[in-house]
Amino acid sequence: MAISEEQTAYVANLARLDLAEEDIRRFAVRLDAVLEYMEKLNELDTGDTEPLVHLSDRENVFRSDQPAESLSRREALENAPEKAEGCFKVPSIIE
Amino acid sequence: MKYEIVIGLETHAELLTDSKLWCGCSSRFGEPTNTQTCPICLGMPGVLPVLNEKAFDLAISGALAMQCSINRRTFFERKHYFYPDLPKNYQVSQNHSNLGVNGHIDIPVTGGTKKIGIWNVHLEGDAGKNMHVEYPGANYSLVDLNRAGMPLLEIVSAPDMRSVEEAESFMHTLRSVLLYCGISDCRMQEGSLRFEASVSLNKPGDTGTGGRVEIKNLNSMKAVSACLEYEIKRQSEVLDAGGVVDRETRLWDENGACSRRMRSKEEAHDYRYFPDPDLPVYNIEESRLERISREVPELPVRRRERFISDFGLSEYDASVLTGRRELADYYEKVLSHCNSPKSVANWMMNDVMAALNERKVDITDFVVSAEHLASLVGMAEQSRVTAQAAREVLAEMINTGKSPETLVKEMGAEAISDSGDIMPIIEQAIGEVPEAVADYLGGKKQAIGAILGQVMRLSKGQADPKKAKELLTKKLEEME
Repeated sequence: MAISEEQTAYVANLARLDLAEEDIRRFAVRLDAVLEYMEKLNELDTGDTEPLVHLSDRENVFRSDQPAESLSRREALENAPEKAEGCFKVPSIIE
Repeated sequence: MKYEIVIGLETHAELLTDSKLWCGCSSRFGEPTNTQTCPICLGMPGVLPVLNEKAFDLAISGALAMQCSINRRTFFERKHYFYPDLPKNYQVSQNHSNLGVNGHIDIPVTGGTKKIGIWNVHLEGDAGKNMHVEYPGANYSLVDLNRAGMPLLEIVSAPDMRSVEEAESFMHTLRSVLLYCGISDCRMQEGSLRFEASVSLNKPGDTGTGGRVEIKNLNSMKAVSACLEYEIKRQSEVLDAGGVVDRETRLWDENGACSRRMRSKEEAHDYRYFPDPDLPVYNIEESRLERISREVPELPVRRRERFISDFGLSEYDASVLTGRRELADYYEKVLSHCNSPKSVANWMMNDVMAALNERKVDITDFVVSAEHLASLVGMAEQSRVTAQAAREVLAEMINTGKSPETLVKEMGAEAISDSGDIMPIIEQAIGEVPEAVADYLGGKKQAIGAILGQVMRLSKGQADPKKAKELLTKKLEEME
């Protein structure tokens, strides 16, 4: 197994996914198949290969520091499930 | 027990740009909530962020000012975590190719300077702002995303500080470096400069006594000092009682002046960094590096040392005058017209600073030009005006913005240094303080001070004191 059930539960927790025990078992098997397939890449000797950071050859793409028009507040909040006082309203997040 | 204190600081400085890091939204502070957003900083799907070149250059300038080695090939990574103020669910930051690494800054400490290591300097986007709302019947948070995507420079120090005082000196020095280089306005009340501290305590000679505690939510230098004092006390009490200091992250509560546990190491975040596929690789060309290096000014600590060694200023005067780049620039500009470093420093430390404070004006808006101050100091040096008259002239220069030449004429403030003009005043003074004259003639030579004082009073402070004393002494000798 390339990935254990504990690791699956850990990853699910990081991704804020609430998975039932049987889901964890099910996903562990499926993730394992994916990872095993990726394992094939490890058969290649990449010792002298520079890690690829980006697929594109383009470099140094910039914009100049010019302020542009923003959305209106109404537009910005349009997709918010809840809003109040010109803000996105979310469940209490005090720690 | 006395423990060795080990402090490291992470500093976040908002960069002085007009627009955000990845989009054209304005970076102005204090606008109405959620009026500076766009699909890019709201984290909408399918958008493409494009790097703000000014922010990139400012970040390189920051890395150079901290004496870092520059990673000439640098890229951005996604740092994943979930929080309502982070609409993309990841922060675009740097981890494996930080712009600058292995730098340092020199901080003033008692009896000299100390080198504080800078582990790395990197560029990242800021998160939005959460506001907690709680009253009977309501318990929720409000999110303002105006700040989301603002350019931030993160500066990670080595754990090289050994006392709260050193941490304070580090923060002050770092702030003045950032101000000097025009990297950030460092306005703490606007959140432009924020800190996270890490502190651990060791038994002497032992490096692993206490766990490293990180403290977040430090929005001012004062908060850092208060929190460090609190943590050092808390941790030494735990260790004194034979306990163990856990490695954990704590949150500083400004109102309660205490820190409380946020998460332990076991729950530490796993950020799953990977290169951001939306952003290309950046290669810092030789020409860019050269241009930015040229623009990095002489840093405050270096300048302060030069003011002490070249101009003979006291440590205190040099610190004040180099505290802000504009003030030091003004001082040197005055010197370029009037090469009397010490008297110019005295004028600046006293009358100029007092006027700036009283009027709450910045040196950049000071009505007296460097040329005018130089010519006034020159006139005082050449005894064309007495020190007392010069102060009055300066006060008028500040009130009216007129040149010292004009004012000296208008105010009739020119020093009286002609013997023919001073002699009658001396004679009048001698007549008015006969006791002092008698004392002097009777052998009490210090009585000359009282007679001279009378001369100055009668001349309304305009008699050239040196000349007056010379003439008075001669006159008294004749009377003996």
